[in-house]
Parts: sequence; C-alpha cells; structure tokens
Amino acid sequence: MTGIYLISAFIIAGLLFVNRKTLFNNILVIIFGLVQIVFTIYACLNYKNVVLQYFTIDSLGLLLLMTLSIIAIPALFHSYIYIRRHDETPQSRAIYFSAMVFLIASISAAYLANHIAVIWIFTEMTTLSASMLIYHHRNKLALEGTWKYVFICAISITFVFIGILFLSLSLQASGSNDLSFANLMANKDKLNPFWLRLAFLFIFTGFTAKLGLVPMYTAGIDAKDKAPAPAGALLASVLMNLGFVGIFRTYTIIAQTPLFHWANLIIFIAAFLSIFVATVYMTKVLNIKRMFAYSGIEHMGIVMLGIAAGGIGYYAAILHIILHAFVKSSLFFQFNQLYRTFQSKSMPYVGNYFKYNPAGAIVLLLGFISATAMPPSGLFVSEFLIFRSLFEANYIILLIVVLVLLTIVIWAFGKNILKILFIPVQGLDETKIPKINPWESLTQYLLLFTAVWFGLNPPSIFVQLIQDAVKILPH
Amino acid sequence: MTNVLLIIFIISLLYVSIANRIITYVRVLALQGFILFGVTYLQLQSVQTWNLVLILLETIVFKAIAVPVFLSYLIKRNKITRETEPYLPHFISLIIITLIVVITVLLANSIKDTHLDKIFFIVSLSTLFTGLYFIASRKKIITHVMGYLMIENGVFVLSLAVGNEMPNLVNLGIMLDVFASVLILGIFLNKIGDVFKAVDVDQLSNLKDY
Repeated sequence: MTGIYLISAFIIAGLLFVNRKTLFNNILVIIFGLVQIVFTIYACLNYKNVVLQYFTIDSLGLLLLMTLSIIAIPALFHSYIYIRRHDETPQSRAIYFSAMVFLIASISAAYLANHIAVIWIFTEMTTLSASMLIYHHRNKLALEGTWKYVFICAISITFVFIGILFLSLSLQASGSNDLSFANLMANKDKLNPFWLRLAFLFIFTGFTAKLGLVPMYTAGIDAKDKAPAPAGALLASVLMNLGFVGIFRTYTIIAQTPLFHWANLIIFIAAFLSIFVATVYMTKVLNIKRMFAYSGIEHMGIVMLGIAAGGIGYYAAILHIILHAFVKSSLFFQFNQLYRTFQSKSMPYVGNYFKYNPAGAIVLLLGFISATAMPPSGLFVSEFLIFRSLFEANYIILLIVVLVLLTIVIWAFGKNILKILFIPVQGLDETKIPKINPWESLTQYLLLFTAVWFGLNPPSIFVQLIQDAVKILPH
Repeated sequence: MTNVLLIIFIISLLYVSIANRIITYVRVLALQGFILFGVTYLQLQSVQTWNLVLILLETIVFKAIAVPVFLSYLIKRNKITRETEPYLPHFISLIIITLIVVITVLLANSIKDTHLDKIFFIVSLSTLFTGLYFIASRKKIITHVMGYLMIENGVFVLSLAVGNEMPNLVNLGIMLDVFASVLILGIFLNKIGDVFKAVDVDQLSNLKDY
C-alpha cells in the first residue's frame, strides 16, 4: 500500500504537471486528498508493521502522518482559493499543485522511513518540491528566496550525508553494514564513539535547516516569507516536523550510548541560541509572515529543550510539535485573507482588521493566544510540561533566562498582533477592501480547536502513541 | 598510487586558494574530477562491475567534463568578470587553508580506528572546510557554487573510503551530486544570471525583516 500510495501520488503530481484544464486539475487534487486520507487510515490499521522493507509505521511516524493529513486537506483547499483569486496561468497553477502533491507525499514517506538513508532521500525531494513552491511568483525577490533556500538546503543535505558516512564508519566495528535504525539500535554497544560523535554533529546540523534551529534556520525564514501562504503553512509546520523526525530518530540511537549527555549539551546550545535569535528578531520584525516564521524558530527551540531535558520533557516535546503544527498552519492560512484585505504584509500598512473581517480577526487573536502558549491553548500544557522537565533536571538558570526571553516574545508578538487587529491605518482606502467570506476561516477554527482539544483533554489513544514513541529513551 | 592522487587533490586546494581567475577554479574542478576517477578505479575493488562502471562514468563524465564545461559556458553567457574577488587577500587564504589541512591531520592522528584509511578522512574533511571557507570569503555567486561543488568532491572521497563495504552509499553520493548540481547549476544559476545582471551576492540582500 505504501508503494501504491507513493506511485499514485507521483503519478498524480505528473498528471497535474502536464494538465492545463481547470476541471481536471481540481479532480486530481481531490483524488490526491482522498488518497492521502486512505493512506493515513491504512497506516493506522497497519500500526507497527514494516512495509516495503524501508518503512515502519511506528508511533512517531503515525502521529506526524496524521498531523500532516489533517493539515494537508485545508492546505489544498486554501491553495485552490489562492490560485483562483490570483488569476494564475494554467502553467503556474500546474507547477504549484504538482509541487505541493510531491511535497506532501515526500514528507509522508520520510516520516515513516526506518532507514537513515531513506529519510535523507525523501528530504532531498522535499527541498526540490519546496523550491518550486517558493519560486511560484517568479519575481526577483522570490528568486532570491529560492536561491538561498536551495543553496543552504543543498549544503545541509550534504552535511547529513557526511553524517551518514560517519555513522557507517561507526558501525563498521560491529561487522554489519545495515544502516536501518533497528540495526543501529541492536548494535548500540559496538558503535565507535568517535565516529558516532561526528555523525551526530553533522546529522544534527544538516537537519536544522528543515527543523529551523540555529545554525541553518535562515533559509527557512526566507522560504516561508516568499512561498504562497498555503504552501508556507506546510513549510512552517509539517516540513519542520520532518527535520524533527530526522534528529529524533538519530537521537534515540545516541541516547543509548555513553554520548547521551554530550548530545544533550549540543541540543541545549542549539535550542537556547534559537530561542535567543528568534526573540531578537521578533522585537524588530515588521513583516507579518516572517514574524510567524520566527515564532516557529522559537517553538522549535522549546521543543528541543524538552528533548534535551528528558523526563516528562520527551512527552511534552512531541505533544508540542504536533500542536504547534496545527496552530502555525492556521495562522498562515489566515494570513492569505489578511493580505487580500490590505494588499500588504508590512506592519505599518496593516491595521484595524476587526472592522473588515471579524471572523478572520478572531482567528488571528486565537492563533496569537495559542502561539504564545497562554492558558486555554493546548500549547500551554506542553510548554508548561517542558518547563517542569527543565526544573526537574535542575536547569534553573537556563529556565529563568528562557522564561525572560519568552516574555519578550509575547510582548513583541502581542504588540504586533494587537496593532493588526485594532489600530487603524492612516490613509487606507476603505473602498478597495474586499468582502471576505467568513466560511473561509472555518478550517482555521477547526485546526485551532484541535490544538486546544489535544492539549487540554487528549484522547487516550493519542497519549498512548506519544508515550510509545518516547518509551525507548532513557528516563 | 591512491595516496599520490589524494595528495595531488589536497595540493589543488592550496592552488585554488591563490588563484586569481575564475577559469582556474573551473580547471581545478575538472582536475579533481579526473583525480576522483583514478581514486575510484584504484579503490573500489570489490564492487559489482556494472555499479563500478556507473560510478566511474559519473566521475569522468559528470564531474570532470560536464560540470566544468557548463560552468565555463555560464561564465561566458552571463559575462562574469574574470577576477574571483575575494574579501581577503590570497596570502591569508593560503594560510587559512594550510591551517585547515594541518588541523585535520592532527584530528586524524587522534583516531584509533583501524577500519579507515586516514588519508581519506583528511582529504575529505579539509576539502569540506575549504569549500565552506570559499563560500564565506568570495563575493560572486558562481564561486559559491564552485565552493559547494568542491564540498561534494570531498564528500565523494569520504564515501569511497567506505565504498567497498557499502557501495550503496557511493550511489547515494552520486544521487546527491546529480540532484544538487542540476538544481543549483541548471535552473537557478541560469535564472539568476538572467534576472540579476552582475552576479554578486551583494545583490541578494533584498529580503529583509522590514
């Protein structure tokens, strides 16, 4: 079935690429949505099975695959609205949808891969398809963003490859040469620590380009800024989760070896620097999309703090990354309507949104409350648990500094969002502002509601899946 | 013989660091392609024949001929000036690259692993850092791309070190080569040449936070 899924997704992507008819395009996109749903259901039914030798449907993969499918359907829907509003040529529409289908299929496959090289291959494919989405508008700025994204991702992917080579050197002492995670785990005592150390450094650095941590986060910011907002929603949520999968699966191996504490130290440094960098930029940023992107960097920093702190932090990190995907994608979906209202994404030209589109404004308000982890939101629970894990692991000073930084983030984020919502703009021509159908905000409400529901009152099967995903880590 | 080739490879890095013209970079990349062809032929003994032929073809056709030819075509077509325009003088570049090589040699000496021929490790790691240094210290986009191609050559050397045990990793490296080169060179350098007339990184600074 995984094979059928991948082949049919790639065939649909190919057909979308060559097709120029509107009706046929819409039918293909709907078919892909159905294929994605069917595949997710199939994955649920085949939980814990190995399919096609290189894919294992494990807890983490299944959780993130479900997250992806929940976000992919509104992403396709908003893409449809986006393309229709912009009077795109059939050609650019074809490239857009083809790249998006390709991206979603590659991410799904990468989530489930049980072999580091297979994850690597599908990560390469996501770079390819994401660059097509970023270059959608074909102007100078889009080209600049795409160029930076492609170049930095190419270097990061080379880094991951070097890491894989070091991993294979590390495994040589054990006499086997199978780089699947199961085999690495079986030979965990025979791994050569010197090579393993280098391997983790390179793999971690490489995947930070997708995850959005220091040092390689820069490319992602430009990408989310220049990509059309529905595509940006995917880049800012599920594609970041892909980087997390790559790092987390390598981390589960290294956590079984004496290098565990060293790896935690590396993650602490990268995570703290990410939160710091995100805070600094958040206070200055005037571009709304980039502000959302920097908020993503901050959240990934928090997630990795949870991983490094251990204990309840593992559980909270995975909960946080799933809830963050829901919240951040709904903010990006909403951004599109905001842009249609004001024809600008720069803070000085945007304001008093409540007057023009109340339904959308409430989404922004709720999204802000969720993204800053204020109480009714589900992220509050996960962030609170991460802080508790830091406290229990005796990182008090780090915790205090992070809390101060997060307060600054809340201030900066709140200042900007409240300006968007309530403060009128001087000299805005109100006759040009279009009326926006409130039903277009429905999917955002559903996503935000899911984030609250899964955070405050998670279904027991959801909790079991997360606990199963982290039970292999030392507690 | 492998060692001789790999030492020539390292010398080519030092030569690039003081090169004044872009075309020298292209020639060195071609030379590295030929060296990799030789190393592959000598090193990969226990790989299946058809796989070996594929890898050899990739080094000679792709690395040694196609990419350099395409690069010189791009230089002509986009009328890129001949100087490399480094931010630092050549002499300092030479010292930095020498330091990189020395540090990797020292690092390699601390390894106590009998499975690996250390010279592969030294060559690949110093090529990696040299490539990163070129990317950081040169002004033109095309020299950035050449720095990246150099990194790929270094990675290829490392994959040869484990190539006899895991030939699939060498194939993956080839995939990386083809993928990244086609994506970076083919599509975007072409486009960037059309859109940004003088191909400097200074022009790629319009994406801002405000």
